[in-house]
Order: sequence, then C-alpha cells, then structure tokens
Amino acid sequence: MNRQGNLYTIIYIVALVVVVGAALAFTSISLKDRQQANVEADKMAQILASVQITPEPGQVIDDYKRFITDTYCVDMQGNRIEGATAAFDVDVDAQSKEAPDKRLLPVYECTLDDGSVKYIMPMYGAGLWGPIWGYISVDADGSTIYGTYFAHQGETPGLGAEIEKPKFREQFDGKHLIKNGAFVPVAVVKHGLAPQGNEDYVDGISGGTITSKGVGAMIDNCLSPYSSFLENLQAK
Amino acid sequence: MSNKEVFFNPFSKSNPVIVQILGICSALAVTVKLEPAIVMGLSVIAVLAFSNVIISLIRNTIPTNIRIIVQLVIVAGLVVIVSQLLQAYAYNVNKQLSVFIGLIITNCILMGRLEAFAMANRPWPSFLDGVGNGIGYAIILIIVAFFRELLGSGTLLGFQVVPQSFYDAGYVNNGLMILPPMALIVVACIIWVHRSFNKDLQEK
Repeated sequence: MNRQGNLYTIIYIVALVVVVGAALAFTSISLKDRQQANVEADKMAQILASVQITPEPGQVIDDYKRFITDTYCVDMQGNRIEGATAAFDVDVDAQSKEAPDKRLLPVYECTLDDGSVKYIMPMYGAGLWGPIWGYISVDADGSTIYGTYFAHQGETPGLGAEIEKPKFREQFDGKHLIKNGAFVPVAVVKHGLAPQGNEDYVDGISGGTITSKGVGAMIDNCLSPYSSFLENLQAK
Repeated sequence: MSNKEVFFNPFSKSNPVIVQILGICSALAVTVKLEPAIVMGLSVIAVLAFSNVIISLIRNTIPTNIRIIVQLVIVAGLVVIVSQLLQAYAYNVNKQLSVFIGLIITNCILMGRLEAFAMANRPWPSFLDGVGNGIGYAIILIIVAFFRELLGSGTLLGFQVVPQSFYDAGYVNNGLMILPPMALIVVACIIWVHRSFNKDLQEK
C-alpha cells in the first residue's frame, strides 16, 4: 500500500488514536481507586493539619478516625441539618457560591488527646491564578482560632504560595472570631496597617497582595454564615 | 556516533538546554525549588525515553505528512499516563507540579529529539538518546533550582541551610531569585561558564 497516500494516512491516524485512547482509558480505570483514595486521604490530612496534627505517612486515615469524632452540616441559624449529605462529601466550592441562607455548612468535631473539642470549618475562595481553600479550627468557645490550614492550586511560588507556610498560618492562632458578642471575620491586611473596625487581623504577604486579599475574602465569605453556630457555641 | 557518545554527549557537549537552547520555558517555571525540579527532570527522562523508543519502533510506518501529529499524540499519551501514575503513587509531588507535567507535551526537547534522532535511528540508540538528553535537561534544572532556592529562600529541598545568625546579622533572602527573570540570568551564567571551558562551542 502506498505509504504516502491519503487512505493510508487516514487509516494510520485512526488506528493510532484508538490504540493511544485505549491505553489511556486502561490507565485511568486501573488507577482510579488509588487516586480517589489519595484525594480522600489528602483531604483528611488537610483537615487534621488545621488542628495542628501531622499524621505519619500511611497513618492519615487511622488518625482521622481517631481524632474526628463527629461530622455534620449546619444551616445559617446554626441548627444541625439532619439527613443532609455527609459533611465530608459536601462540595465546599459549590456551596461557597450559594446564597448564605441556602448553604450546607459542614462542621468537623475534633476531640484531641487532652479531651478538648475543636470545631473545624472548611473554606474555599479565589487567589490570583486559581482557587485557594483551607480549614480553620476554633476552640469550644466558638471564638478563639486554634489552627488554620491553607492551600492553593497555582499561586506564585515564594509570593502568593506562601499562604500555605506555617509563618503565615500561625499568625491566626489565638485570634478571635467573636468580639463583644458579635461575629467578625479575621482580616488580612498589609504589613504595618490595621483594619478600620475592631476585628482581629493578620499581616498579608508582601508581593502576594491579591492572594492575601483572597484569603481575607474567603474567610469573610465562608465563615460569616457560621456566625450563629459560633455564637451559640459561645453562649453554651 | 557510538552508543556511548549518544548517551553522554547531551550531558555537556550537546546539552539540550545550554547548547541546543531548548526547553528554556520549563527551566524557568519549575526551578524555584529543588524538589519539583528533580521530579520534573525524572518525568522528562521517562517521557523522552519512552516516546523516543516508540517513535523509533514505528518510524518506518509513519506517513511523512502527519509525522508531527503522530509524535504529538504519542507524547501527549505518555504525559497523561505519567501524570496519572504520579496522582496514584506520588500524590504530594503531583500537587506541586500540577500543570507543569501537562506542559511536558510542549517541551521543545521532546519534539526536537523525536524529529532529529528517533525518526532516523533504531530503538536502542533512541532510548539512550532519550535518557541522555533527559539527564542533560535535568542537570541544568537542578543547578538552576539549587541557586534559586538557596539564594531566594535560604533553603535546600525545604530544609533551612542559611543559619538564623545570618538573618539576625541583617542578611535577607533575595526575592528577585524567585522571579522568572533570574532563572534566565542563571541559565545564561551557566552557558557562559560552560562555553569558557568548551572553546569549540564559542562562535567566532
């Protein structure tokens, strides 16, 4: 057959695409379970990171089961929603774009070794180049931040990407979400400045202004619907 | 060219990055930190070796007028497989590299080696050529990443190497090293040093 002819070319490319397509489909199907397990374990590790627990490799699922003692969703009034999607499976990205009163608000209750209970809430927002997300844990008083975890998809390394570093995250520890009985989100401001209100604040990252602002907006957007839940905790 | 030359020449004399000036774009993108640079180097070695072998095996059947498309399909397929494998077995590294793995497809070294070598040579030399060029690429990436991480962040592979006493004495990390232009300048310095040792590469 003429190797430079049109017919040969068409048959050749069709055969090639079928072979490559089959190889890709095979890889994808055979690795899917492992990848899914990795994604879930990674999410568990992120949740634990917000309560300052770093599991040993391979211990993530065990540690998650040990420390996370309850998970549920609440509504904007702070009431537990029965029969809703499991908190772990809630798509925080989609929920964060809903109106606050329509959102499912997942809460992870974490019991530490000393018996103290922390409440972990997921967040999702936008950085400069792509999505950013995180988890924030508060003490049983509903106000004092115990720990945070931030992650990003593609922020600039060394600049916006610094939000995932302990140096940035640790600034949040001990800050308060409830001031004078009312919920106020922690602000992220330029180094050396202070916000106009009385809210607690942390320093943003120099050179990562848009990402820092994204973190501030994410905290505001994702935690404000929890205000009743947190205020109820404090009233307890 | 003997097999030995095919394998070792890309390390220095015909290095893909500093002599052929290919793949510069990814040398800028993934060299802020050492670890992604190493994984990127390994991924390129794997993709380049296998695509070279595959293209070399089917080189006599490829219709000339669609050979670039055939090469691209093979490279793209391999890159997706590498990316899937990383997601399954090296999830954390995959998170760091994210888009850059996909961008191996557009790495000029791959198309360059496929066109220049694999299309005209038998599978074994093609494999050696692929591994050799991949290593040549990885060496440069690692050198660039070494300087950028050391001077830009004061760390190597994430470990603090610049002692705290330096910072106390007023030393600050050079933020410019983190930005892409410094990668170009570091690559240029490597080319300068390399050419001053290899007189035969200097243009008259």
